[in-house]
Amino acid sequence: MNIKSQISIVFHLDKCIGCHTCSIACKNAWTDRKGAEYMWWNNVETKPGTGYPRRWEEQDLYRGGWEKDGSRVRLKGAGKIKGTGVIFQNPNLPALDNYYEPWTYRYEKLLDAPAGDDQPTAEPVSLITGDRITPKSGPNWDDDLGGSPIYARNDTNLSDLTETEKEALFQLERMVMFYLPRICNHCLNPACVAACPSGAIYKRGEDGIVLINQKKCRAWRLCVTACPYKKVYFNWNTGKSEKCILCYPRIETMQIPACMHSCVGRIRYLGVMLYDADRIREAASAEDRDIVGSQLDLFLDPNDPVVISQAKKSGIPDSTMEAARKSPVWKYVKEWGLALPLHPEFRTLPGLFYALPLLPAMATMENNFYSSTGSSLWNNVDDSRLPMKYLANLFSAGDTELVRNILKKMLAVRIHRRSVTVGDITEKEASRVLQDSGLSAGTADEIFRMTSLADYGDRFVIPPAHREEAVEAIENTFIRKENAGFGFREKPERGL
Amino acid sequence: MEMNGFFFFVLLPYLALFSLLPASIYKYRVHGFRVSSLSSQLLENKLLFFGSRPFHWGIILLFFGHLIAFLIPASVLAWNEKPVRLYILEVAALSFGFMTLIGFLILVYRRLRVKRIRLVTSRMDVFVFLILAVQIVTGLYTALFFRWGSSWFATVLTPYLKSVFAFRPDVAAVTALPVMVKIHIASAFVLVGMIPYTRFMHFLVYPFVYFWRRYQIVIWNKRESA
Repeated sequence: MNIKSQISIVFHLDKCIGCHTCSIACKNAWTDRKGAEYMWWNNVETKPGTGYPRRWEEQDLYRGGWEKDGSRVRLKGAGKIKGTGVIFQNPNLPALDNYYEPWTYRYEKLLDAPAGDDQPTAEPVSLITGDRITPKSGPNWDDDLGGSPIYARNDTNLSDLTETEKEALFQLERMVMFYLPRICNHCLNPACVAACPSGAIYKRGEDGIVLINQKKCRAWRLCVTACPYKKVYFNWNTGKSEKCILCYPRIETMQIPACMHSCVGRIRYLGVMLYDADRIREAASAEDRDIVGSQLDLFLDPNDPVVISQAKKSGIPDSTMEAARKSPVWKYVKEWGLALPLHPEFRTLPGLFYALPLLPAMATMENNFYSSTGSSLWNNVDDSRLPMKYLANLFSAGDTELVRNILKKMLAVRIHRRSVTVGDITEKEASRVLQDSGLSAGTADEIFRMTSLADYGDRFVIPPAHREEAVEAIENTFIRKENAGFGFREKPERGL
Repeated sequence: MEMNGFFFFVLLPYLALFSLLPASIYKYRVHGFRVSSLSSQLLENKLLFFGSRPFHWGIILLFFGHLIAFLIPASVLAWNEKPVRLYILEVAALSFGFMTLIGFLILVYRRLRVKRIRLVTSRMDVFVFLILAVQIVTGLYTALFFRWGSSWFATVLTPYLKSVFAFRPDVAAVTALPVMVKIHIASAFVLVGMIPYTRFMHFLVYPFVYFWRRYQIVIWNKRESA
């Protein structure tokens, strides 16, 4: 066993209100620079929708991620042979128009415009060319189902739904959506690292954060193709790839990443997960139907004495083990089984998990009354407005049973708490529901507390980075900073 | 030895080598951030497909053609003994030349016409385009009008280049060549010498290591072994 620790994350989709505060916090901290204007290391998508860049999930188009090849996996659109073939021009690379042309407004026009018959306007100008442009797309152009005939209807996760199911989704009284905030997954089997011909991208041993060495990046751009989540971006000004760094300078000083700190809905949880690095290939190359289980099986119980002694041998500090035992991610993903990785079928083994959204139940109109109460409680989960199949396509490689179990648990927690606090549901009924979903009353209370009452220290358990023992004594921290993925002190010009 | 011959075919190659080696090593080690070509694919993708692919494949194959004639001239001459084989070689080389030219013209058009690309064009990029234009035009002219290049390269230029590398430069044969060929040779030296100061730097960092590297890379802060 080769135990490693991974700083992992849970986003609780049931709590996300789609306010984009995370995106703004990240943008202000890291990507408010020339060449990085179009980068959204953190973005929030409306689902159903085509996301950012548009249609990123369609790997027939962008050829990202891994595909199964016997007992191993191979990169779908990059790698040693395929990567060399497209090195001069990569047909699977998203171009700027698949993102959007970043723009600003000529605000000074409001003051400078000569007197005239019309109100002066601040016209939009491209941040690249400086020309007047008419923005036709943006990072959240399809927010709240805006333009749904173009965007939501083309969501690839709807592709194996029946026509009736699809039509139902777009009827006004049955419409449904939820938000999907996305950052880099800091995968256990990162495709970007494997695709980088220069070896500039690496996973940090201590905490699993994936970073790009800006001095080693040679602009071959295969990471952009390889990442199935399209979370590596190419800076057109510096000619280097950049990606989410999980705010590692903050993590190392025990502060949480900016996107998580600013989260209004408190949907974000961060903690350590232990995994067995020797089993990564096995987990990544599992059969399609076992893919979720094989990924979740990688994670090891930090309370297990065998794991504890093995972790010591693998050099995991006691402080990290302590953090792992308190990890909210461990609770959501393994202990309670409420969270799943996004698109596990891409086989990158993400370190970011999503607690599923408990969407509204299907409503009916009866005698001009709007009724959303089903005949029995479980009907509500199965009659969810969003077909179970859709969530399964996003989070469980199509396995609806996994999704149903999670939604049942979430509903059971609500019913249990309603029985405790309001009392209009009998204890007997509540305990039947709990039993049916496989939860005890105590666990349901724990889930309730972590979901709605948890404070900062419960939601974020950061292991000490022990960096005082690491680089500062032997290395120039400025050089370290350049090598580790962000910031640069020299002009990016090639040549003289 | 006339003055021009000395300058272009003795001094220039050594200046080029002297410029290339220390500057590339220094740049690679100290200014790693600047070592690459500035890819513009994000800004413009379609014309790049028609320009970059033929240009790069053409010029790389031609480079290896020149390299082979330099390394194993006897084998090239032996191959050229049969006219059919000579024609095959010459026609192939000429078509790679036209491939390079067509790709190059599309790339020039793209750089001039697409505003986004014009904005990321530096002074040194202009130099790169100029010297490539000289190389491609003189190269194609040579291939078309001074036959058969593959044979006389092996008998005239290979000995000259070897004499340069052996530090006993013998320019007698080169100075007798037509002026177009002379320009092609001299500007090739300039190109080589300018590698570390231009986006040409990218071909020194072609990722060969990738072929035998393991896919995944883990770097530890503490265990500084890598």
